Amino acid sequence: MALQPDEIARLARLAHIQVTAEECGTLTERLDAVLDMVRQLQACDTAGVEPLAHPLDAVQELRPDAVADAESPETLMRNAPAAAAGLFLVPRVLD
Amino acid sequence: MSRAVGAGWETVIGLEVHVQLATRSKLFSDAAVEFGQPPNVCASAIDMALPGTLPSVNENAIRMAVRFGLAIDAQINRRSVFERKNYFYPDLPKGYQTTQLAAPVVGAGRLRIALAGGGEREVRIHHAHLEEDAGKSLHEEFPGASGIDLNRAGTPLLEIVCEPDLRSGPEAVALLRQIHALATYLEISDGDMSQGSMRCDVNVSVRPAGDSALGTRTEMKNLNSFRFVERAIEGEAARQIALIEEGGKVVQETRLYDSEANLSRPMRGKEMAHDYRYFPCPDLLPVIIDEAFIAAERDALPELPAACRERLMREHGLSVDAANLLTAERATVDYFEQVAAVCSAGKMAANWVNGELAAQLNKTGGRLADCPVSAAELGRLIARILDGSLSGKLAKTVFADMWAGRGGVDAIIAARGLQQVRDSGAIEALVDKVLAENAAQVENYRTARPEKRGKMLGFFVGQAMKLSGGKAAPGEVNRLLREKL
Amino acid sequence: MHELSVAQMAQGLAAGAFSSLELTQHFLRRIEAHNGHLNAYISVCAEQALASARRADAAIAAGQQGPLTGVPLAHKDIFCTAGVRTTCGSRMLAEFVPPYDATVVARLQAAGAVVLGKTNMDEFAMGSSNETSYFSAVRNPWDTDCVPGGSSGGSAAAVAARLAPIATATDTGGSIRQPAALCGVTGLKPTYGRVSRWGMIAFASSMDQGGPIGQSAEDCALLLQAMAGHDPKDSTSIVEPVPDYCGQFGGPLDGLKIGVVEEYFADLGDAVAARVRGALAELEKLGTRLVSVRLPRSHLAVPAYYVLAPAEASANLARFDGVRYGYRCAEPVDLLDLYCRTRAEGFGAEVKRRILVGTYVLSAGFYDAYFRKAQQVRRLIKEDFAAAFAQVDILAGPSCPAGAFRFGSKTADPVAMYLQDIYTIAANLAGLPALSLPCGAVAGKPIGLQLIGNYFAEARILGAAHRLQQATDWHRAVPAAEGWR
Repeated sequence: MALQPDEIARLARLAHIQVTAEECGTLTERLDAVLDMVRQLQACDTAGVEPLAHPLDAVQELRPDAVADAESPETLMRNAPAAAAGLFLVPRVLD
Repeated sequence: MSRAVGAGWETVIGLEVHVQLATRSKLFSDAAVEFGQPPNVCASAIDMALPGTLPSVNENAIRMAVRFGLAIDAQINRRSVFERKNYFYPDLPKGYQTTQLAAPVVGAGRLRIALAGGGEREVRIHHAHLEEDAGKSLHEEFPGASGIDLNRAGTPLLEIVCEPDLRSGPEAVALLRQIHALATYLEISDGDMSQGSMRCDVNVSVRPAGDSALGTRTEMKNLNSFRFVERAIEGEAARQIALIEEGGKVVQETRLYDSEANLSRPMRGKEMAHDYRYFPCPDLLPVIIDEAFIAAERDALPELPAACRERLMREHGLSVDAANLLTAERATVDYFEQVAAVCSAGKMAANWVNGELAAQLNKTGGRLADCPVSAAELGRLIARILDGSLSGKLAKTVFADMWAGRGGVDAIIAARGLQQVRDSGAIEALVDKVLAENAAQVENYRTARPEKRGKMLGFFVGQAMKLSGGKAAPGEVNRLLREKL
Repeated sequence: MHELSVAQMAQGLAAGAFSSLELTQHFLRRIEAHNGHLNAYISVCAEQALASARRADAAIAAGQQGPLTGVPLAHKDIFCTAGVRTTCGSRMLAEFVPPYDATVVARLQAAGAVVLGKTNMDEFAMGSSNETSYFSAVRNPWDTDCVPGGSSGGSAAAVAARLAPIATATDTGGSIRQPAALCGVTGLKPTYGRVSRWGMIAFASSMDQGGPIGQSAEDCALLLQAMAGHDPKDSTSIVEPVPDYCGQFGGPLDGLKIGVVEEYFADLGDAVAARVRGALAELEKLGTRLVSVRLPRSHLAVPAYYVLAPAEASANLARFDGVRYGYRCAEPVDLLDLYCRTRAEGFGAEVKRRILVGTYVLSAGFYDAYFRKAQQVRRLIKEDFAAAFAQVDILAGPSCPAGAFRFGSKTADPVAMYLQDIYTIAANLAGLPALSLPCGAVAGKPIGLQLIGNYFAEARILGAAHRLQQATDWHRAVPAAEGWR
């Protein structure tokens, strides 16, 4: 069951990763290999088995609703590739 | 069943209402939830999704959701799960929104709305779930660029999803008002629409009246006023009906409502089929809500709007309309009850709160919390009317001064020299003068049948009041006039 | 000095045989001499290390010495270090300097340990050979033409070459145990939730777990003691108290039942199997009882993992978008171009492949067949372990199918690479503690024995490993390769 080029394009679009035409061949081949391997799961009978999301049956602890002093935006934003006036900058967002 | 614009058509409306919860800190971080701060000062490392940061769950947000659930008679899910909704947007720092899907905190519930023609309708609530808000993109300041402010990112929202049980814009607004009232009574939201504390996505479809199958629906997102919701629904229903009647087909799409033009148009760039790839958030564990937690919240539930309305009608003899107006927000009820306690006159207090006070608030666009006239002062003003110190008309002048911050009731009365003329001698002189100047009317009055005299007396009262510059005590004027006539 | 165990270092420091400054300088000199060839470190923090060493010496002089005070160590470059760049082996974070410490880093700092630097790793911990690191692969000190394993290859190689006495690492599918095995050192993956994930850059949140790598089980126990504990900043961190890991080392192994996992030997080469069985025979001599057990769903662990881990990663890595930190592509023409090129250029091939696999298994129409199915299989695998632990105290088998392999030999076939973790992955799916310790070599390449414990039974497997190491000297073998020495 090989992935079709339009399927690779769909995945790349969802994941927001540019995939060039040259990359597409090898990528498809390797993704196919991985997906073929994981399809072994289909042979396992899992009828009535509750999915397991976390290995331990732990439950969420709740945090008291208190405000802590935050780090300054200058500190937290110092890795920003582009910022001005306390804002992160990106190419114009269209709605 | 009310019919929408085109005869023979029925409009079907579903709402998704986002209520911003009034927690101190964010849903998944301990950063402050505050409006109007400089950009990014209320965004912690978690809110900025810096690498290695992890969420923790705000107990108060869970508590507020449970409280809402109990108020709408909903099932509270003992086990709820946060999931990730994956999409890219610059105001969504993690590249996914943490929300709930399969196991929300609040399950199915119901609300009742009053219908225009009288009566009530039950609206089914499908569920209500917790999720985090996104940040904001600002487009004005930078040419060709947008600035991202993450102060709002991570603010807790309760999304209330209604079944398509609504049939008109006014019904949708009635439901929104119900939710708004509940949220303020439960103290889970400040209910400030102008700050986006309540926003609404609207699904609209139309179908031939009598059909049971639903038509294709469109969605309008992020409407933040009752008026826009009503207009957007009516406009969209009309557009769909016209389209179908012309032989066209409604396309399932998200439309952007332009409140200035009162028009909607398909959203650009959002047409790419969404595939949000929801899955349980592995950084968070299932939230278990036990019976004790629910019982404590149930015990702590405040009086809800419907019960409050009944009580006000019973205790103060108010009309349904007056009680409805007062109970739209908890703050209004509280204010009213203080006024009524000070002046011991519920109906009059209701008239002033719903009348003069509401008009001033409307005019200035302010909120009751920022009202310059305290409830106690308004109560004292009404007491001055009741004790005959002020006429109703003069009281309005005094109220305007109070609003303008010129002092308390008695200080203003003194400053303006508005003390009523209660001295019988002075009033008698006035009355005598009026009777002398209107001899013909006096003659008419005296020959008229008793049942007509009531109205005619009003004329003389009016003249006497006018002559006194509004200062004469109306009771005394009345008494003397009757005596002399 | 670099031949000493952590306990011996502490004794030497206490006795004044050497200072922490001298010890630190010694390791820094070794790093300077050998890291150029081995490439175990991405960043070396000489200045900070010397400053911490001086503080540690002052603390020791003041009589405030803990087991790790003044002991040098290395952190895997997946743990955020305030003010020290943290790359996660990726171009995406090549210049990223976190403003905060990971909880593990903060705890070890509080324990007085001296951080020598940040160790190399597969990009975002995705790899079993270190060849996916943006900073080039680490070389295996036993044979520098071979891989050190991954993803914690830098930590394992640094300890093996004694460029650090101990090192932190993380394990999502075998990333501590496999490189520990390939480099001839001891490494422990604790019970899921035992060590806080706060500040540890996420790969697959429901499986990621930090743990120690050292020359011996005793060194690992000392390091784990300082790393472990509940952290309110990590919702998945467990509240269970932390036992005294070394305190239980004295106990006899008499009657301890060790289950030898049949499935783990089915396809194992004879030479490797002989080494593993040799170590098990030694354990038997120490009084344990060996019994054969089955984990019938073992063959499904790798496929389940390669659905679940990429799915979680696809969302965890969505935050790397070039907006708030990290790599940003040059001159993006618009927002979409910014996202797509930043992520295409900032991530390496293996990371992109896993993100795409994760996107696929979560996408509409595939979720049930892949993601949900894998979660169901995950439960079955956990149940297999539960059944096995009903019969035995510890499970044992090989850590990996073979010793270290040559660079490039598996890079063209991702599935062959993934099978490196065939014996280690199940413990991550089930959340169980597991360690790898040396049990000899095949053709000069170390082989690892894996011991898997029940939940929270770190002390038990560390204790068994310690007793084995007291009775044998496989863990004392030093790399014979002279190329780097």
